[in-house]
Amino acid sequence: MTFFSHLRKAAIATAFVLGATAVHADEQYFPLQSYRVGPYAAGGTGFFGGFIDYLNLINIRDGGVNGVKLTWSEGETQYEVEKGVEVYERLKSNPGIAAWNPLSVGIAYAMIDRITDDRVPLITINHGRTDTTDGRVFPYVFPLLLNPYSETSGIVNYIASKEGGLDKLKGKKIVVLYHGSPYGKETIPIYELLSQKYGFELSQIEVPHPGNEQQAQWLTIRREHPDYVVLRGWGVMNPVALKTAQKTGFPADHIIGNVWSNSEEDVIPAGDAAKGYTAITTQASGEQYPVVQEIVKTVYGAGKGNLEDKSRIGSVYHNLGIVNGILNVEAVRIAQAKFGNRTLTGDEVRWGFEHLKLDPARVEALGAKDLFHSINVSWDNHEGDGYVTFQQWDGKKWNVVSDWIAPDWKLLRPIIEKSSEAYAKENGIKIRTAEDADAVVSN
Amino acid sequence: MSYYDFLFAIEVLVGGLLSGVMYSLVAIGFVLIYKTSGVLNFAQGSMVLFAALTFVSLVERGIPFALSLLITFAVMVALGFTIERTVLRPLVNRSPMTLFMATLGLSYIIEGAAQLAWGTQVHGLDLGIDDTPFEVGGILISSFDLLAAGIAAAMVAGLSAFFYWTRIGLAFRAVADDQFAALAVGLRLTRIWGTVWTAAGFVALVAGLLWGARLGVQFSLSLIVLKALPVLVLGGFDSILGAIVGGLIVGASEKLAEVYLGPFVGGGIEGWFAYALALVVLLVRPSGLFGQKTIERV
Repeated sequence: MTFFSHLRKAAIATAFVLGATAVHADEQYFPLQSYRVGPYAAGGTGFFGGFIDYLNLINIRDGGVNGVKLTWSEGETQYEVEKGVEVYERLKSNPGIAAWNPLSVGIAYAMIDRITDDRVPLITINHGRTDTTDGRVFPYVFPLLLNPYSETSGIVNYIASKEGGLDKLKGKKIVVLYHGSPYGKETIPIYELLSQKYGFELSQIEVPHPGNEQQAQWLTIRREHPDYVVLRGWGVMNPVALKTAQKTGFPADHIIGNVWSNSEEDVIPAGDAAKGYTAITTQASGEQYPVVQEIVKTVYGAGKGNLEDKSRIGSVYHNLGIVNGILNVEAVRIAQAKFGNRTLTGDEVRWGFEHLKLDPARVEALGAKDLFHSINVSWDNHEGDGYVTFQQWDGKKWNVVSDWIAPDWKLLRPIIEKSSEAYAKENGIKIRTAEDADAVVSN
Repeated sequence: MSYYDFLFAIEVLVGGLLSGVMYSLVAIGFVLIYKTSGVLNFAQGSMVLFAALTFVSLVERGIPFALSLLITFAVMVALGFTIERTVLRPLVNRSPMTLFMATLGLSYIIEGAAQLAWGTQVHGLDLGIDDTPFEVGGILISSFDLLAAGIAAAMVAGLSAFFYWTRIGLAFRAVADDQFAALAVGLRLTRIWGTVWTAAGFVALVAGLLWGARLGVQFSLSLIVLKALPVLVLGGFDSILGAIVGGLIVGASEKLAEVYLGPFVGGGIEGWFAYALALVVLLVRPSGLFGQKTIERV
């Protein structure tokens, strides 16, 4: 081996090390526990597609966040908890992790203790356990925009607006048809509370998992003659509910879907039976929003779009992924403003999320006006007071049919705190203060 | 009980019976294979998914309905023969548990292949059958479910005729009675198994279309095997008539239980009630109501 070949190898090795160091210094990494096969693949491909599309937009258009490039890698979970944890173990050692975004209640539950030890945020947009809203007890978990209790309150407020006010709910009859799982059962007490508060008659009926047979439940509903049915479903349960409602003669426009019963995948299989069905959402669907247009032009135009089927651009799950991308990126940007334009630690990004305040003007500046309303996260409120809107299926697309509606956060907060404080007591967790939240680990 | 309550109970019963026929449709596919080869084919649900997904994907690509149906049937025939050639034949004379595990693995392979070939999107399937209910004496009846029941009845009649009045049907029954004796008189087991897997593929296609129109064509279609298993335990694994009667019993009893017992135990009992019923039958009559009793000389 000659001197020059030694020299060349040494030069390459040095360049590689320097290069690697430089890359680490300028990259923020998102580990993605995605699900692109299995029973929930339709939702997974849409959500993670939208998330990746937005990260790509920031990289292509802006060169990253203040020069810090966004990177990511995916691990397939098939929506299974054990696979989600396995992917977490595999990806957690990558440098510069900004946040985890599993979009799975089960996987999120399994990760709470782990990410708390790691000091890395866990984002559960529109889902997760309600009491993680209390940042005093759950410093690293963020059920951004909407927790299940706020969703319940938003739905009841919407029904009230259709009836002419909250006082008009008295004497009305509402049936909640829920998925037979911890997710489905989470809102049982809050519906009972709201029923007592507003005086509506309530009946809550369980549909066993997976929900592909609902004849008995809908005949019971028919017998009860409710004014509205709230559909708190998941997966195949949703189209079957709509079809069975049609079979038993219940009108679709008196069925209100929750946030996991609001996608194209929930209504298309139901065909005409879904026409008139209305569902809650935190983000509108459609391609008309400037940020979605930019993704189409910049990302798909460059051949880097993540969705194979371009007709799904602007669908409910795709837009949810885009909004999730906006919230993650803005949290990083806010944290950078305090800690510097460099790769941040998970705890620094946590601080960024706890200062994530996007008012309607900022949302408009981000090209997302009317895509979602606003968010106002604080160290002790990890949901961020997201507004909701309602969309109605016309057989081909969703149309927004309400203004942005605020859930009754003041009513819900004491209930959330009671639950989180009980959790803290049970698990020996010290309740954080604002000063604790400002203490950030930067290495 | 008021007249209205009585009508409601009848409505629940009729709805349950019609749902039960849909369970029977899936169960028949199991029976066909078990009857002739002694294999409990756990992949039947995946075959239903594969058939429905293939059909709907072809239709969405602009291929006419009838041609799509024909192509899908051809695909199911090919799948049946491929399974026989690559999985069953090499495992001939292995224990029933080995064969069952092979079909369990096969189930995952078919599910994966279906998604790989046709994607993961959820599809609507419109067979052009109106699903608005009609009223008979104050009872709402689903026209779709009624038609599905008619199709199931026609299929049972067709399969029964096939088994009893055709030469190949006779061969099937001979194989079901005693494989070695059938082999000794010159019947070609491999060909019969290939044909029976094809028949199971056809049943999967019919079930896939009807269930797909009901649920949408999506991954969860493969989960309908969970509805077929208690039907098989009740009716017997080797009886087509048993699959029908078992389906009717399961459908009616789980709906009545959900409506009348459910409120006392918190609801949501439909999912396990059929299994509890099957367990009771298993304890009293292990071979099911119509299954052939196994008699062994010791």
